[in-house]
Amino acid sequence: MQEILSALAEPNRLQIVELLRRKPLAVGEIVERLGLRQPQVSKHLRVLSEAGLVEVRPVGQLRIYRIRAQALKELDTWLDPYRRTWDERFDQLDDVLRDLKEKDKGKRNGRRK
Amino acid sequence: MAAASEYKTKVTLPSDREILITREFDAPRDVVFKAMIDPALISRWWGPRGHTTRVDKMDVRPGGAWRYISGTSAADETAFRGEYREIKAPERIVQTFEWEPMAGHISVDTATLTERDGRTLLTVRSLFASKEDRDGMVQSGMEKGLAETHDRFAELLAELRAEARTGAR
Repeated sequence: MQEILSALAEPNRLQIVELLRRKPLAVGEIVERLGLRQPQVSKHLRVLSEAGLVEVRPVGQLRIYRIRAQALKELDTWLDPYRRTWDERFDQLDDVLRDLKEKDKGKRNGRRK
Repeated sequence: MAAASEYKTKVTLPSDREILITREFDAPRDVVFKAMIDPALISRWWGPRGHTTRVDKMDVRPGGAWRYISGTSAADETAFRGEYREIKAPERIVQTFEWEPMAGHISVDTATLTERDGRTLLTVRSLFASKEDRDGMVQSGMEKGLAETHDRFAELLAELRAEARTGAR
């Protein structure tokens, strides 16, 4: 997990992952879209690949990079307990809001009478 | 006990020092805002389910302090604290957040409320001093989850032991 997080900590690498989430791309296309130099992009792709975030498949002369869904699933699993903490808190807030709206309605009806 | 909501909380990591939490609520934003700044209401929703949460301090103005104490009993109570930086009713609250057992690891939380068709979208952006602090915060949620799992496991073991005893008799 730490490897995935470190790999994503670099803004350009995070951007590469964002690009590849939309569709698989060749190195040249990533270079073009990010406006970085090819050696830089290759280095970032190597780090991402070592962290298991992307995988490469040769298609003819091209090397096509794409996201490994498994890594995103791991990231999601890692975030899950934190998300649940907030989900629970907000479910309770939902109840409070419902009560406040009821009270509001009561007040309005009271005025009408 | 809160009913399962039709809305789901989303958590993303927009940068290496941030966590972004978003959730929609079926209420206008002045109502949501009120629930966020009223001490009597905070104690009803802020703490984890099954915990009692008391508001020790809640001085809702820039520079004002807040402190909540939460736990299932006096033995496991811990406190959370911080300071309000900005209050703009009913759209924005900026406050610092610190868990006292991990004092010094402070995040700045910006809550933004936007209203659409009588519903409110709440986003909370937590900014940490470092990536390590951010990851530590997410991890602490994980540890809580693990602790709950361990508790359930311990309960299960106790049940199994009790069954074994009855069986032996």
